[in-house]
Amino acid sequence: MAEESDNTQDPSNKITPASRQYPDSTRKIEEDIRTTGHSWDGIEEYDNPMPRWWVWTFLITVVWAVGYWVVYPAWPGINSATSGIAGYSSRERVAQEIADFEARNESLFVQLVDTDLDEIREIDDLHRFAVNAGASVFRAQCSQCHGTGGAGVQAAGYPNLLNDDWLWGGTMEDIVQTVTYGIRNEDFPDARWSEMPAFGQDGLLEEDEIHEVVNYVLSLSGSEHDEALAAAGAELYEINCASCHGDGGEGDYFIGAPALNNQIWLYGGTPETLFETIYYSRFGVMPGFATRLREAEIRAVAAYVHQLGGGQ
Amino acid sequence: MSTSDETPPPLYAKREPIFPRRVSGNFRTMKWWLLGAMLAIYYIMPWIRWDRGPAMPDQAVLLDLANRRFFFFMIEIWPHEFYFVAGLLIMAGIGLFLFTSALGRVWCGYACPQTVWTDLFILVERWIEGDRNARLRLHRKRWDAEKIRKYGTKWTAWFLIGMATGGAWVFYFADAPTLFVDLFTGQANPIAYITVLILTMTTFFFGGFFREQICIYACPWPRIQAAMVDEETLTIGYRDWRGEPRGKLKKGQLDPNQGDCIDCMACVNVCPMGIDIRDGQQMACITCGLCIDACDEVMDRIGKPRGLIGYLALSDEIAEREGKPPKSVWKHVFRPRTVLYTSIWSLIGVGLLIALFIRSDLDMSVSPIRNPTHIVLADGTVRNVYDIRLRNMYGESREFVLSVSDNPDLALAVEGAPDRRVSVAADEQTQLRVYLSAPPGTPSNTAQTSPARIWASIAGSNERVYSDTVFNGRSQ
Repeated sequence: MAEESDNTQDPSNKITPASRQYPDSTRKIEEDIRTTGHSWDGIEEYDNPMPRWWVWTFLITVVWAVGYWVVYPAWPGINSATSGIAGYSSRERVAQEIADFEARNESLFVQLVDTDLDEIREIDDLHRFAVNAGASVFRAQCSQCHGTGGAGVQAAGYPNLLNDDWLWGGTMEDIVQTVTYGIRNEDFPDARWSEMPAFGQDGLLEEDEIHEVVNYVLSLSGSEHDEALAAAGAELYEINCASCHGDGGEGDYFIGAPALNNQIWLYGGTPETLFETIYYSRFGVMPGFATRLREAEIRAVAAYVHQLGGGQ
Repeated sequence: MSTSDETPPPLYAKREPIFPRRVSGNFRTMKWWLLGAMLAIYYIMPWIRWDRGPAMPDQAVLLDLANRRFFFFMIEIWPHEFYFVAGLLIMAGIGLFLFTSALGRVWCGYACPQTVWTDLFILVERWIEGDRNARLRLHRKRWDAEKIRKYGTKWTAWFLIGMATGGAWVFYFADAPTLFVDLFTGQANPIAYITVLILTMTTFFFGGFFREQICIYACPWPRIQAAMVDEETLTIGYRDWRGEPRGKLKKGQLDPNQGDCIDCMACVNVCPMGIDIRDGQQMACITCGLCIDACDEVMDRIGKPRGLIGYLALSDEIAEREGKPPKSVWKHVFRPRTVLYTSIWSLIGVGLLIALFIRSDLDMSVSPIRNPTHIVLADGTVRNVYDIRLRNMYGESREFVLSVSDNPDLALAVEGAPDRRVSVAADEQTQLRVYLSAPPGTPSNTAQTSPARIWASIAGSNERVYSDTVFNGRSQ
């Protein structure tokens, strides 16, 4: 107050070029307000003191940090970190969250096991749950061979699960059986087992005869083939192949014999791949999941595969 | 530059408490009305009911975070329509630019919640402790029964206002009458209690203790507005050419060599920011207008014209110094800059309104599944799979029928729905696995790609939407 009245008594320093517009404010800056002395393009920096509560807040955060070290894991050691008195661990927290999540879904898993396989898709909520749970099981357990999209890998004989042709049947029950015990799997006596002789390697057919059979097989699905060879192969097919693949090549999914009269080829439909298949014979192998997945998970993944487009 | 060179500067300083004096006048009256209106809107809004049918909430304004819906009277916003909210935020931003370039910090002075609640807290303080001088006396007094009683009452009142503030906030996020009962019976979600607690404490401390420090230290707007204000902006200032040299009244008379300012400090005493407007334009000024009321009252009393402190544009100073009239208010307000802001603001507003009225209450998004690109079936048919999301943005459950057009080769099928009919619950969405198939021998079967348009129509009505997509054939 005293300072202010001093200033007002001296009007001479009010009108200066720099303070033309607001003489009073400029005077205050010149006389009262400290700057750091720094100047950039004529812009000066105030050297105002910080608010006191700001300093207090800073000190409180320091104290808080010390408390944090005591309560939570903080200081790194060579093999681990200080564990803190609260016993907090982010790993345990994740494990707890997963357990909580599974506990919440437990009733649905129970319902999934208790419900008749063909009725699952009639119960909207249960089916939606099964498909989503099955999708995650599929990505973790099945996608390595069958692909993330379920398209399989033809060159390796991993079946495509999206079409309407099934090697071992496409009903819910068939899919559950296949997933549970696998295919050609010695770990499970219940696993289904396909068998095809190596016609060339074991000397059952001559190479020329195999070429004839190949052309006959191609003719069954209306694929491009040599008429003369195919006609010659018809009888060979009936003797050697029809018992499993059927007279018209319709296949038999009870013994895993693929249908030959359609557009879907497990290992490829060119004469070369067919020749290789008949000469050496080839089979797919699939692990059984009875020991790796719970029954509810197997049913869930079956429901997922069933709704990919080919379910029967 | 006297003693400061020798003694080291202090690192921190205690806040100087501010005790704004009561003032009355046009600006104060307007501010009371604004304060009442804004608090009323804040507290009453969540209690307004709005009938949307049995399946929908009946609260007029509701931010339903759990179900991801935003209701505002007849408008319902889904998460995928968030651009409406983004548009409103852009409008709010440009609106602030417009108002600041035309009228300075009107937001800060009249509408900002910090200003409104601080005003309310100061009012409560004055009811309990009295006006400026009484409060100053109480502040300087040692702690005795009276000070404990008055401060205790004041802090309790502030705390209750804080609780009411935090309490009202949560009503915007849930059904207000239900939550009101739940809050008092201990049934509400812990998040509701934590939110109320946090907002109670921030209101209590920001309105009661931090006050002007929020504006000076915490808020970015005072810095931004420096770029928004120019010399044509109408803002609050002191006409020093009229007031200076200032001086006290001598024997109740004005010295003829003096300016109009009698240095009565009225403008300083009423200022909630604790500044002297006569120091010129400054960052701490929130242009609340109270110094205008205070000064006008004094000018009336000493028989001088009002407006020693008032709304002015800095560009008018030269004219005013020469005794000429300043430019009209309209000339200051209508400038290319403000016209540009207004145009952008209105364009966005009109765009949002049009988008709001032409939007449909059904929506479909189609995403083709390209893993694999296509599937060959046993009979040679080529099939593509699509993930389709149907949104029924309507208060009743409706049945959608899916179909395909623009390509005679293709047939559409829906997984799990042989008749291609899917029922979607009120205000819900559903996801479908949809197949398009091209039989062998058709051009689409063998082509690399061919077009397709998928339709979703409401059974028994004309409402329908479509989405264009691509069908992959064998050559893909």
